[in-house]
Amino acid sequence: MNPIIEVAGLWTQFGDHVVHEDLNLTVMPGEVVALVGGSGSGKTTLMRQILGLEQPARGTVKVFGIPLHGSNAQMVQKIRKRWGVLFQEGALYSALSVYDNIALPLRELRAFDEDFIHDMVMLKLDMVDIERRHAAKMPADLSGGMIKRIALARALVLEPELVFLDEPTAGLDPDRSESFVKLIRSLHQKLNLTVVMVTHDLDTLVSLSDKIAVLAERKLIVYGTLKEAIAVEHPFILNFFLGERGLRALSAMGASVKLLSDGN
Amino acid sequence: MQAASAQAVLDPQVTEGRTGDGAPAVTLSGAWDIRALESRARMLKSRLRLLSADSGRHWDLSRIQRLDHIGALLIWQAWGKRRPGRLVLAPGHEVFFSNLDAAASAASAAPFDPLGLVRGLGARMLHTREHLLGMVELIGQILIDSLSLIRHPLRGPWREISASVFRVGTQALGITALVGFLIGVVLSYLSAEQLKAFGANIFIINLLGMGIIRELGPVIAAVLVAGRSGSAITAQLGVMRVTEELDALSVMGIPHTVRLILPKIVALAVAMPLLILWTSGIALIGGALAANTQLGISVNSFMSGLPGAVPTVNIWLAMGKGVVFGALIALVACHFGLRVQPNTESLGIGTTNSVVTSITAVIIADAIFAVIFSDVGMALL
Repeated sequence: MNPIIEVAGLWTQFGDHVVHEDLNLTVMPGEVVALVGGSGSGKTTLMRQILGLEQPARGTVKVFGIPLHGSNAQMVQKIRKRWGVLFQEGALYSALSVYDNIALPLRELRAFDEDFIHDMVMLKLDMVDIERRHAAKMPADLSGGMIKRIALARALVLEPELVFLDEPTAGLDPDRSESFVKLIRSLHQKLNLTVVMVTHDLDTLVSLSDKIAVLAERKLIVYGTLKEAIAVEHPFILNFFLGERGLRALSAMGASVKLLSDGN
Repeated sequence: MQAASAQAVLDPQVTEGRTGDGAPAVTLSGAWDIRALESRARMLKSRLRLLSADSGRHWDLSRIQRLDHIGALLIWQAWGKRRPGRLVLAPGHEVFFSNLDAAASAASAAPFDPLGLVRGLGARMLHTREHLLGMVELIGQILIDSLSLIRHPLRGPWREISASVFRVGTQALGITALVGFLIGVVLSYLSAEQLKAFGANIFIINLLGMGIIRELGPVIAAVLVAGRSGSAITAQLGVMRVTEELDALSVMGIPHTVRLILPKIVALAVAMPLLILWTSGIALIGGALAANTQLGISVNSFMSGLPGAVPTVNIWLAMGKGVVFGALIALVACHFGLRVQPNTESLGIGTTNSVVTSITAVIIADAIFAVIFSDVGMALL
């Protein structure tokens, strides 16, 4: 199988400030990869690199086997139709209603009639558990949890093969974030998506991800399963997974004590 | 893309045929996903719709290689939004259609409103009234807050005022000078032709002096400042509303009238008269230079003729206008800035309305000045 994302020898630099130093990352189809790291470790920047929103100082970023920089605009445009992005604050267009927000990518294709778009929008609203009566509302009138769900519906409307989630559960109450995690998991199983997410939330991390990429000191210090990640001796990993909060979350999620003792 | 290695994925295809018992049948094969359908959706949909007119037809969808919700919805809509009686699906594809079966669509159009026009007019009137009330309220609030400021002058927002004077005044010097100079030149050229015809060359000093100092200088400077600083103030307050910074100020007990609005009104009221002097001065220089080339009046004699042609009181009148225009622009800009709703569209509308309203307000105020001071400062020939 060909990798969906290939980051090779990536350097990111803002002025004199180096964010990534010779970073490599490969994501295979169907995987759920979580990017973790302390604040300012360049998780979101890495995601923006993969999305083509930042320019690498050195190295290449390939998505679906096509380099994002140096390919012609048409090729990159094709890639953009095959991925969906959930931004941290949802990034719904505040001037458009919920319905128009979800319909916008479909209308941009100019391939489908309004009747089709209507049914598709309603289907997507059902998929993310939003009642249809909310379709006419404006984003400013919605709660944070609803905005996230609608933003997810918009990210999924073009049936992407690859989905990016930036802090999918940040700002949601525990109950909502639990159901949001369930929703993403069921969508992942149903639609066989590849998911790349940035998260700080251990519960989300443990319950969703197949692989964990830990960023620290401008590099990817571990890339592997949770078990492999915990086995690495690094101050960030010790604090993040095996600190008080980390242990509580891991044991609550049923990641057994055995796993942890193996890790130590 | 991954399946490509095992078996080539074909374009979506519709094949008609007959089943073993002779019933009409149709087989769909290939990829029925968004990538394949993007360019063919309309064609395939009308084809399928024709085929589904025969309700006894046997549908075989088991040979579809790739399916997603887009493809499933396209087929389902062609069926008339229900499954046909005889249908074979590939095992993994059931989920797409079961999602659709749950979705029964009911689009409700907005009911026709025969009194819509009247209702709209009324809403606009109420809206205008609300704006006026809001403006009065804002002025009142500022006056109340200013009173407490007079009691505790050291707590005043002096630093903010000085920063605002720099932004709205100092940084506007370049653009006002350029526009003023060009207006002076244009006006001088235009009048020179007319005056030459009457041999009244020397009156160019009266014409430009009076016109620029009393009317054009103040109005041009005010229009420029309304477009430049008025829009900036509205946008700044609007963004602060969107990002909840205004609420953060209120919660800390810092009234935003004192910290944000008062400094801008004071700064514009201070900077505007000075800008008007500057603009008028540069415009007169431009006019004098043009008069020199067109009419042969030396710059020196133009300048020495000015005090006789334009009584000093006109300068005071212009500066008085400046104070009023400046305060008006700031007040209108702040009023619209505070009423921005937390969305991007409202921010754009608010900024546009702010600039249009403040320019209109400036012109109205100028007309009132013209009527009230019609017999002040006119030179006797």
